[in-house]
Amino acid sequence: MNFVIYPLTLTTFFPLLGVLIILFLKAEHKNAIRWVALLTSLVTFGISIAVLAQFDTANPDLQLVARAPWFQIANWTVHFYMAVDGLSILLVMLTTFLTPISILSTWTAVEDRVKEFMIFFLLLEVGMLGVFVAQDLFLFYVFWEFTLVPMYFLIGIWGGQRRMYAAIKFFLYTMAGSILMLLAILWLGIYQGTFTVPDLIAKGGIPDAVQMVLFIAFAAAFAIKVPMWPLHSWLPDAHVEAPTAGSVILAGVLLKMGTYGFLRFNLPLFPEAAVKAAPWMALLATIGIIYGAAVSYAQKDVKKLVAYSSVSHLGFVMLGLFALNPQGIAGGILQMVNHGLSTGALFLIVGMIYERRHTRDMNAFGGLWKIMPIYGVLTLIVTLSSMGLPGLNGFVGEFTILLGAFGSEHISPWFAGISAAGVIMAAVYMLYMFQKLFLGPVDKEENQALKDLNWREIVTLIPLLVFIFWIGLYPKPFFTLMAPSVDKLVTIIQAAAAGLP
Amino acid sequence: MSLSDLVLNLKVILPIAVLVLWACALLIIDLFIPAQRKGLTALLAALGLAVVLGLAVAQAGRQESAFNDMVVVDGFSTFLNVLFAASGLAGIALAYDYLKRTGMERGEYYTLLMFSISGMMLMAQATDLIVMFLALELLSIPLYVLSGFARPRADSEEAALKYFLLGSFSGAFVVFGIALVFGATGSTALATVLEVARNGAANLTLLVIGAGLVVVGLGFKVAAVPFHMWTPDVYQGAPSAVTAFMSVGAKAGGFAALLRIFMVAVPSTSAHLWLVFEILAILTMLLGNLVAIAQTNIKRMLAYSSIAHAGYILMALVTYGLPTTAPIGVAAALFYLVAYAVTSFGAWAVVIALEKAEGKGLELDDYAGLGRKYPLLALAMAVFMLSFTGVPPTLGFMGKFYLFGAAIHGGFVGLALFGVVTSLISAYFYLRVIVIMYMREGDPEVSADPWLKFTAIAAAVLTVLLSLAAGPLFNLAARATLFLN
Repeated sequence: MNFVIYPLTLTTFFPLLGVLIILFLKAEHKNAIRWVALLTSLVTFGISIAVLAQFDTANPDLQLVARAPWFQIANWTVHFYMAVDGLSILLVMLTTFLTPISILSTWTAVEDRVKEFMIFFLLLEVGMLGVFVAQDLFLFYVFWEFTLVPMYFLIGIWGGQRRMYAAIKFFLYTMAGSILMLLAILWLGIYQGTFTVPDLIAKGGIPDAVQMVLFIAFAAAFAIKVPMWPLHSWLPDAHVEAPTAGSVILAGVLLKMGTYGFLRFNLPLFPEAAVKAAPWMALLATIGIIYGAAVSYAQKDVKKLVAYSSVSHLGFVMLGLFALNPQGIAGGILQMVNHGLSTGALFLIVGMIYERRHTRDMNAFGGLWKIMPIYGVLTLIVTLSSMGLPGLNGFVGEFTILLGAFGSEHISPWFAGISAAGVIMAAVYMLYMFQKLFLGPVDKEENQALKDLNWREIVTLIPLLVFIFWIGLYPKPFFTLMAPSVDKLVTIIQAAAAGLP
Repeated sequence: MSLSDLVLNLKVILPIAVLVLWACALLIIDLFIPAQRKGLTALLAALGLAVVLGLAVAQAGRQESAFNDMVVVDGFSTFLNVLFAASGLAGIALAYDYLKRTGMERGEYYTLLMFSISGMMLMAQATDLIVMFLALELLSIPLYVLSGFARPRADSEEAALKYFLLGSFSGAFVVFGIALVFGATGSTALATVLEVARNGAANLTLLVIGAGLVVVGLGFKVAAVPFHMWTPDVYQGAPSAVTAFMSVGAKAGGFAALLRIFMVAVPSTSAHLWLVFEILAILTMLLGNLVAIAQTNIKRMLAYSSIAHAGYILMALVTYGLPTTAPIGVAAALFYLVAYAVTSFGAWAVVIALEKAEGKGLELDDYAGLGRKYPLLALAMAVFMLSFTGVPPTLGFMGKFYLFGAAIHGGFVGLALFGVVTSLISAYFYLRVIVIMYMREGDPEVSADPWLKFTAIAAAVLTVLLSLAAGPLFNLAARATLFLN
């Protein structure tokens, strides 16, 4: 019985309660449905804070374990196994934090089929939380694939002009990656005798050649999700067509599932292969950083610009992870959170102007600073955060990553050197966007009468800004949360690297 | 044979005996039921099937043979008998309103259905090749008639004739194969065939050719490529309720025979024939899923989809020569049959609910707007499509997990790779149904029949719930294999 009210299971499945209540509400009562969804996600956030309170920062191992055998087929036992450690606790918090914000942002943006929208949104939250807390490969895969379904509907029903194309492309791309992972999971379960991650790490001893194949099979799933260059082409379509709240969650959390996958599975399960693959992964990451930045600069559509900037930012995360040292990995994890905060905020900001003008073409704007001062100030802060200005969150993450990449014994310092150029390029395209939108004369008739942000929109952005400043000025608590687990992971990798010829 | 022996023997085939007697009685009773009240026949048939279902469940855990080892009751047969009886009930639920709407409500429908089920059950219990052939004919002949039930509609008559001709043709292959197996081993009893082959006293060439011909014949029944040609036309032409029943029952019946013959009697041929099964499985998965993409008619799409799913189940047969993997393969195949049956019946219930007179309402475009107008039905259909694709949390995913696991356990990683890649291909056309239902505007009309809605929604709930609590079903499937040898 304790199982049901266990902190992690409760966090993960609490949104289902909201789904259940909404199911019984009439579709016409849109506001009631919105409030139920918002309150459910807020309570979920509350429960996750309780999880955080119980989290022991000194403990490098999995905590708050909920574990029971789920079912057995042949002689393979699948466990229901949930737990958190320093690698995932921040991502759990990020998910429960961004969901209510996204729901709040849909208050006036989504008027059509609100009931279904909220149901899918809460189901999506269950899926995402499950991905971050599952410690059994089968359970993980179930949640991983399940997130596709609600997101597919969110893009396909509430998206823009080319939504059907974008939704199917999103689904097929992601599924293409995960089917290889499914085979790898089956192989591990059958030949290593267990599906649970800690047992698999403890067992180890997978022959080198097989390890590389398994590494690639897992990496296929995660690299598409991140997305790493050259597997990124689904991302601009999905982002541009998705409704604002969908984009926020897509960029804020779903992409992190990819980087988290590398962190949780590829590195500790196949450490030898990870060491061998590190230069190649770093190469792809670096190309992604430069390519994403260059393509961002060429965009006319603000949302597309932000979408491509994600390719660049996630490249930094991957570079940090595959530096394979404590600074790189810790920086990578922090940068996942940072990207969730700043890019989430950027998508909200784009959504706000789109709701007013129904266009996202940069050339349709100019001089908004004079007309919408509050909007301008908030946008400026987020823009600076995204381009990595010292004192804001982005800088801390990118700096730590570059530090790790320079000092890494597994990848060449050149990667860090070239990637540093990506930081400068980010300043170019972000400031270019800001200039196009906010500076210069107000030369478009339609922009004269735009209303500044209302209280609800300000409330959606403020929590994000708080964390943007907090991480920028005092990141220590965040690093403390993850440090022991990161060190443990690095020890596993170092031991494997020492054994390599 | 003394009377007490006869009673003991009859107890083994009790569900079949009751079913056949009930069907015969119903033939006569039906004469006295007025044409406007054929619902009563449906009710009586359903009642009979429910009793048979209960009797089949009551056989759980028993393992004995009867009639000079011609038939057997074991975990395998019990599992399948329950599946067949439940399929029959679903078949009646789907047909009741449909027959009335389309003006072909005749009492024979239900009796023919029951005779066909008795054939399927006999197939699951048979341990002699001759009995198996009898079961095959008993299963098939009522289905030929049912396919033409929509006479004088030309496509229905065409379906019946095509099914009959190709069905008889494939039956001939089975008989010829049985003859060669008999020639090779001197017996048609599976146990003797096994023993003779194991002692090395059998003529291996004849045995392999005989077994190969049986594969060809049964390959027609389960619609494996390249023996699938009849499937799309027959599925499209036959009344939808018949198609639904046929796509589950006939396929499961065919696989029951294939599994028992190859796992029990002729594992010695595996060195020669496993590759045949592997090629059949790959071709079937590829062609079924690829051609389904091009379909615009939902019945034809589901026909190709059913071909593709036969390919997945064939993966289990590839492992038949490996003593440690074969039991996993059988259990995976049985599990997958259940997953396929539940999902199929649900999907067909939705198809039948949307079908109009004269075969209208069967194009994919007719599903536009279903999500807005009938959210519950559309949601159920979406669940079935995701289950066919193999997305968790659905039974279809669990089934594929099990089957691919069996393939990997046997070392057939390449085969499993084909399985996942074709699943990806299939996502394209299954998702298209969801796209049309939810993302296009339209004004579909749906039959108000409660039984159709009940079947669709119950199947959707089962598809999801049984996947989350799959333990018991996994155990049942796993135990069904233990008694096989």
